[in-house]
Amino acid sequence: MAAEFRKCPTTGLMVHLPAQALIKINAVTSIVFLLIGGILALTLIFTRWQAVHLLPPDLFYRFLTLHGIAMLFAWIVYFEVAVLYFTSAVLLNSRLAAPWAGWLGYVLMTVGALMTTVAILAGNSDVMFTSYVPLKASPLYYLGIVLFAVGAIIACVLFFATLAVAKHEKTYEGSVPLVTYGAAAAAIIAIGTLAHGAIFYIPTGLWAAGVIPMMDPEAYRLLFWGFGHSTQQINVAAMIACWYALATLTVGAQPVSEKFSRTAFVLYALFINVASEHHLLWDPGISSAHKMWNTSYVLHLAVLASMMHAFSVPACVEVALRKKGYTKGLFEWLKKAPWGNPSFSTLIFSVAGFGFLGGITGIMYGTEQLNILGHNSLRVPGHFHATVVIGTSMAFMGLTYYVLPLIFQREVMFPTAAKLQPYFYGVGMWTVSIAMMFVGSFGVPRRHWDITLADAPFQYSFGPTVDLGMAITALGAVLALIGGAMFCIIAVATVLAGKKVNQ
Amino acid sequence: MSLGSPEKYWWDEPLDKDEKTWVTVAIVWAIFLTLYMPYKHFTGKQNPSQEYTKVSGDKFDAAVDKFIAQYKVGEEKGLAVVAPPPNSDIFIRGQQFKWDPILKLKKGVQYKLHLSSIDMNHGFSVQPVNFTIQVVPGYDNVLNITPTTSGVFTIICNEYCGLGHHTMVGRMYVD
Ligand code: HEM
Ligand SMILES: [Cu+2]
Ligand SMILES: [Cu+2]
Repeated sequence: MAAEFRKCPTTGLMVHLPAQALIKINAVTSIVFLLIGGILALTLIFTRWQAVHLLPPDLFYRFLTLHGIAMLFAWIVYFEVAVLYFTSAVLLNSRLAAPWAGWLGYVLMTVGALMTTVAILAGNSDVMFTSYVPLKASPLYYLGIVLFAVGAIIACVLFFATLAVAKHEKTYEGSVPLVTYGAAAAAIIAIGTLAHGAIFYIPTGLWAAGVIPMMDPEAYRLLFWGFGHSTQQINVAAMIACWYALATLTVGAQPVSEKFSRTAFVLYALFINVASEHHLLWDPGISSAHKMWNTSYVLHLAVLASMMHAFSVPACVEVALRKKGYTKGLFEWLKKAPWGNPSFSTLIFSVAGFGFLGGITGIMYGTEQLNILGHNSLRVPGHFHATVVIGTSMAFMGLTYYVLPLIFQREVMFPTAAKLQPYFYGVGMWTVSIAMMFVGSFGVPRRHWDITLADAPFQYSFGPTVDLGMAITALGAVLALIGGAMFCIIAVATVLAGKKVNQ
Repeated sequence: MSLGSPEKYWWDEPLDKDEKTWVTVAIVWAIFLTLYMPYKHFTGKQNPSQEYTKVSGDKFDAAVDKFIAQYKVGEEKGLAVVAPPPNSDIFIRGQQFKWDPILKLKKGVQYKLHLSSIDMNHGFSVQPVNFTIQVVPGYDNVLNITPTTSGVFTIICNEYCGLGHHTMVGRMYVD
């Protein structure tokens, strides 16, 4: 048995080698998809900025569909699987319960992701990642997503099995660490929502294959967002688990109150999977009363949890830095913080961006009064690039800078570039997000190839302010794409050629 | 340390004053927001209560054709221009990739607007007033509207509905 483990020289943890192999393969695959999604993003933004208008319409809609799938499904979920194995096996000093199941999950996810990618590129699945019926994709598209989801469910089950093994074999004492606790909240939400996804993806795939009749389009929208909204909460919970990990790794922070933070995670698991009807506020088929109930009262119980983390994450960073002696005035601790550590600067971009940009706009657009102004406008992608890109994706990038030495056992290459990378990506994505929301407030639609309406029977101009806004969006995107490319190059180069950390 | 096991009995440790204050403020704010949106639903002007019925594509199609035949006053770009009387039921049909007919409405007069699609989902986004209603096949999304400004309005489809989505632009007149 002992040969299956190595002792980590930095942390003293016993790392299970089969778990380490699975973390590596999932992390590498996720970064490959981030790279693909990033290249697609470049073509999208230079099409939407109509001074360039790069792609023809069919390719624009095809690449937009693939960007959504590659980023939101593949990049994020592969990385989350890596986080699940890390927070169970590695942090608990335990063996992974059944490595073969991990590989089975990985193979299913990968076959699924490739199947969906091929279906989209083949050109008969231009349906956006929402695939609202009666828009029809190739049956392979749906099958790929179902396989991917089944693979991800296996990873979640393996996570819980590993928790059970660790408890049984007494590899740790007392309660699991806070980060593992947060990852457990993410995994609970994941199992529920991914299984929910099967409820409509399977019948829709069968419809596309001509086996059964089409589902009611409004029922589809309700089922889709019951899944689609809740899956975002997996990302939120996983992101916040990463925040606590990063706070500890970068400045040695301790949670200010375990009880407080853990209670907040419980609130997520209980309530955040409701509120999905904010995607449907102006749809027929659901009563106003039901929408109000769903999007106000229950939503705010989950938001309360985010408010709690919004207090405790910055607080634990402040306390840790003050303990180091940076106690002058209100903000000396912030000035003297390790801004040159890419994981620390990423953490701050992520926390502030998720809270101030993503969180606040989410609450705003989730009210029916503002939703009627913003529904399906560029405000929506502006909002979720703040949550899922600045928030989740940046948190994962920050963690990667520690995964490289701890798990891949390689020194991060190009340290100067690594220092600068978060500033490119962070400033760029903040700009993209704000500019998209600004442009959207003029009514500019999302998922639209030509807002000059050149080929339409009637003309309307959104005005010069919108042109300027789109140019600023493109400028921000260039910065972000440089930052994204730097991240991918640093990560891949380190994995392939980084100096071995001595064991 | 958040990466290691916590001290025993973490669930017994009392909360600090700062944490209690923060949570209290957050709960009060959440309660305020929870009540404020419904309050504005009833007292605000921009939000009609939802009204809808289920309707098959064929039935809706027939209703729109009948409506056009009844009140047609002209044609523009191959689409019927329709001037319905005050307080009547009026219809707009979404389909790949057009909104028809073109409505000619009167300022300050109430109408009952029926919106549906005979194929995909579409987004009924009216500019420059800037509001959006979701149009879903199989459902008649009903709005009681009273135009308050006169002028030319543009209806832009803002729900992706196929490769010609960006050409789906309609018109509406108010005088
Ligand atoms: C450099 C980074 C990125 C840039 C410049 C970028 C840019 C864009 C643009 C221009 C759109 C199209 C908006 C529209 O026309 O409706 C878009 C859509 C989208 N992006 Fe990104 N993006 C980036 C990274 C990401 C990441 C990391 C994720 C996910 C984790 C992501 C998720 C999405 C999703 C889900 C959509 C919506 C697709 C749809 O409407 O079907 N993006 N992005
Ligand atoms: Cu349309
Ligand atoms: Cu459309």
